[in-house]
Amino acid sequence: MTQTTVLETAGERVWEPVCPLPDLLPERGACALIGGEQVAVFRAHDGSLYAIGNQDPFSGAYILSRGIVGTRNGEPTVASPMHKQVFSLISGVCLDDPGTVIPTFPIRVTMGMVEVSVK
Amino acid sequence: MTRVLIVGNGPSAHRLAETLTSKGFAGSVTILGEEPRGAYDRVALTTHLTEGRDLAYPDIPGVTVFVDTKVVSIEPAAKTVNGSIPYDVLVLATGSAPFVPPVPGRDLDGCHVYRTIDDLDAIRTSAKTATAGVVVGGGLLGLEAADALRGLGLETHIVEMSPWLMPRQVDEGGGAVLKKHVESLGLTVHTSSGVLGIEGGERVTGLRTPDKGLIEAQVVVFSAGIRPRDELARGAGLQVGERGGIVVDDGMRTSDPSILAIGECALHDGQIYGLVAPCMTMAEVAADRIMGGQAAFTGADLSTKLKLLGVEVAQFGAMAGALDVTYLDPVAGVYKKLFVSDDASTLLGGICVGDAAPYTTLRSFVGAELPAAPSDLLFSPTAVELPGDAPVCSCNNVTKNDVTAAIKEHDLTDVPGIKACTRAGTTCGSCVPLLKKILTESGVDTGSGLCEHFAHSRAELFTIVQVRGITTFTQLIDEHGTGRGCDICKPVVASILASLHNGHVLEGEQAALQDTNDHFLANLQKNGTYSIVPRIPGGEITPEKLIVIGEVARDFGLYTKITGGQRIDLFGARVEELPRIWRRLVDAGFESGHAYGKALRTVKSCVGSTWCRYGVQDSVTLAIDLELRYRGLRSPHKLKSAVSGCARECAEARSKDFGIIATEKGWNLYVGGNGGFTPRHADLLVQDVDTATLMRTIDRFLMFYIRTADRLQRTSAWLENLEGGLDRLRQIVVDDALGICADLDAQMAAHVATYADEWRATLDDPVKLRRFVSFVNAPGTPDPTISFTTERDQIKPEILQVMSR
Ligand SMILES: Cc1cc2nc3c(=O)[nH]c(=O)nc-3n(C[C@H](O)[C@H](O)[C@H](O)COP(=O)(O)OP(=O)(O)OC[C@H]3O[C@@H](n4cnc5c(N)ncnc54)[C@H](O)[C@@H]3O)c2cc1C
Ligand code: SF4
Repeated sequence: MTQTTVLETAGERVWEPVCPLPDLLPERGACALIGGEQVAVFRAHDGSLYAIGNQDPFSGAYILSRGIVGTRNGEPTVASPMHKQVFSLISGVCLDDPGTVIPTFPIRVTMGMVEVSVK
Repeated sequence: MTRVLIVGNGPSAHRLAETLTSKGFAGSVTILGEEPRGAYDRVALTTHLTEGRDLAYPDIPGVTVFVDTKVVSIEPAAKTVNGSIPYDVLVLATGSAPFVPPVPGRDLDGCHVYRTIDDLDAIRTSAKTATAGVVVGGGLLGLEAADALRGLGLETHIVEMSPWLMPRQVDEGGGAVLKKHVESLGLTVHTSSGVLGIEGGERVTGLRTPDKGLIEAQVVVFSAGIRPRDELARGAGLQVGERGGIVVDDGMRTSDPSILAIGECALHDGQIYGLVAPCMTMAEVAADRIMGGQAAFTGADLSTKLKLLGVEVAQFGAMAGALDVTYLDPVAGVYKKLFVSDDASTLLGGICVGDAAPYTTLRSFVGAELPAAPSDLLFSPTAVELPGDAPVCSCNNVTKNDVTAAIKEHDLTDVPGIKACTRAGTTCGSCVPLLKKILTESGVDTGSGLCEHFAHSRAELFTIVQVRGITTFTQLIDEHGTGRGCDICKPVVASILASLHNGHVLEGEQAALQDTNDHFLANLQKNGTYSIVPRIPGGEITPEKLIVIGEVARDFGLYTKITGGQRIDLFGARVEELPRIWRRLVDAGFESGHAYGKALRTVKSCVGSTWCRYGVQDSVTLAIDLELRYRGLRSPHKLKSAVSGCARECAEARSKDFGIIATEKGWNLYVGGNGGFTPRHADLLVQDVDTATLMRTIDRFLMFYIRTADRLQRTSAWLENLEGGLDRLRQIVVDDALGICADLDAQMAAHVATYADEWRATLDDPVKLRRFVSFVNAPGTPDPTISFTTERDQIKPEILQVMSR
């Protein structure tokens, strides 16, 4: 199982537990509520994990965690279930409208638990 | 005026006549053919069975064609045929005949060859009373014939003398991979096996082999090679080869200067050509000579590429060389081999099984310096840039420069455009992928495939999944696609898998393919909440059930609205509320209405003869029966239906995908209607039929649509694009012109038998229920961003803040 490596700036990051890794279905997302922030977390086919903001900037609805996960030219993506714009899971850039970018967050697995850092 | 008389009306004859006409030949052109129809595309013969395709070539203006006219003699001295028909130039284009080995029993009823449309029609007739078939010969044509028998529903065997299949095109390694492919389609291959005889009384009962015993079969197809039809030439004293074939020179002239021979019957430089491309070249050389030119036929390369049900096989150039580089992937069934000179710089030839990409790009490099390292070429041959003078279509002698020039000059945007302008791709079709690539290189977006992950259309993917028995997205994309899919291809594949296997849409890997509506079995609305539509078959509902819907809506604070499909939509449910709402609905006897799926929605009905003064049939009962029959059926797009109890049409059935209107005698079925953005009235498919016939016809119509439609193509657009239109559809689903109705019926029967309510199954499964939370780390917490105001005593979503960009 590969996992995203995060460069920690010693002691500053706060990691929040999200769920046990097996609870994330491969190629499907889930949403976590972390300190009032809605974070969409995804597990790709190869096991890599990604975390992005859950709000779809085009409709305003908090639904990106329910989009279809896939790839575009090899880059892992999620498509908004509202109007189908596609976002990079790596950079948060909307690949159909590169001027629009959504937040991304560091994510890791510690002892079988998925953790996300929003600050 | 020169009178040109052509004997035989196959592809060679047709090309000759066409070339003469297009070059402005001043004389007369007459064709005599023994088949009962005009010339047709023999290369695509098999599609006559599998797709019912019309293979006829277009008529050539000014050319006189006699069908059903066999030439039995030539009188060279008098310059006539059949004793009286005169010519100045006679062209023999008699092609070849299948070779039938002299084994006992070869004339029994049920024995066939595979050469003409009549042969195929006869095979189809025999197959109707058969369960198994054997093809004698495992070459190119034998495999095609085997494929056809399989398509006719027969258990199919192939008997081949050589130790491996297609010995003329592939070596032993390729043969092994090919055999695996063929066997994975359910065919049985017997290599290194001869034939002792055909057994049976009047009708074939089996084929006896020396060491594998009796293969039981009621159909036998001989495909053990071809023999040039040179009998006329022999009779006229023309020179023929020792092993057959009419001897010709570089100008296609036989030993009689007034008689030419072209195509498969001609023997040039000791060689007979059994492929269509050299035949076309010969026809063009002959046309030039007849018009006084000096064109010469100097031989042709025997490269081949073909595709049998997703398995590509190709061979080009030499089949041996000083060095060779092989790529073998036994799991995916891919075998590629290149032969190169001893200094590894010159390409000599290659063999491909399972992936013919190297053929398309590398064929033009045969005899030339390799454009990259051989191993790179085997891995990603499409990356190779073709030189401008590389021949792209060898059937019609078109180079890459010709194609690029045509694209620029005529602003072409698709392959049909290139075909029309240059003729490239019009004969064997193997260069079509290359044409697409040149289009892309020229800056034109081709987009024929579904998306970047699949170069196939939905219908092609359906066939692949069905034929290869694929059950998961991962298997399909690994073997036939690239990357990991997207929001376009994943739901399409989910729908195909659901149509073919009817498992739960949230089972295992399937869950990851569904778009959010299918994933939560509800319809996403603009503020992130969902709406719920319980099934109300035919729009008929008891007061008790109406009350349950009212109570559920009240208790969960949902907005309610009556839909156009005669049911009730409940809006404003949060994800985590869906299972609780459905628990109540399921307990009261409701089931999923599939409003969220590309599936059957409703069968609307008028009140019909039970209550209405005008009604002539019971439209409500029929509507309920239909809705229950087709509920849960996944399809390329949503499906709507309606039933009206008389011609007054109160249910608006003709605006539906399939609509039924009662008549005094039974039912009229209309198909391909649509409301919505581009309204279309449905067309009458069958008239005054009884209920059983009606259902059977709808079964077939729906299954045929599901098999062949594009992604998100409603029945209206599908019907308009269907070649042959409504008449063709009627031939297929009523007259069984393709011989697939039994298959379609079985598929629908399987759907009906395996239907289960998705919501009930979800409620019974704790694993599936776990996804119905707003937050994984706080399952009890509702989404705080969802809120409502009120309007006319019901809830209304609060407008969401859209992020500033
Ligand atoms: C099932 C199948 C699949 C094929 N697939 C491919 C492929 O993928 N690629 C490829 O390159 N090639 C393929 N071929 C081969 C290709 O079809 C032939 O090369 C091509 O048809 C040759 O054309 P022709 O006009 O020379 O001969 P034919 O097509 O044989 O036509 C000759 C015609 O002359 C008629 N005739 C003969 N004698 C007389 C007479 N005395 N009087 C009147 N009429 C007469 C015959 O009835 C026939 O209609 C395939 C062939 C078959 C059968
Ligand atoms: S369609 Fe005919 S039967 Fe049905 S309600 Fe209208 S008038 Fe009555």
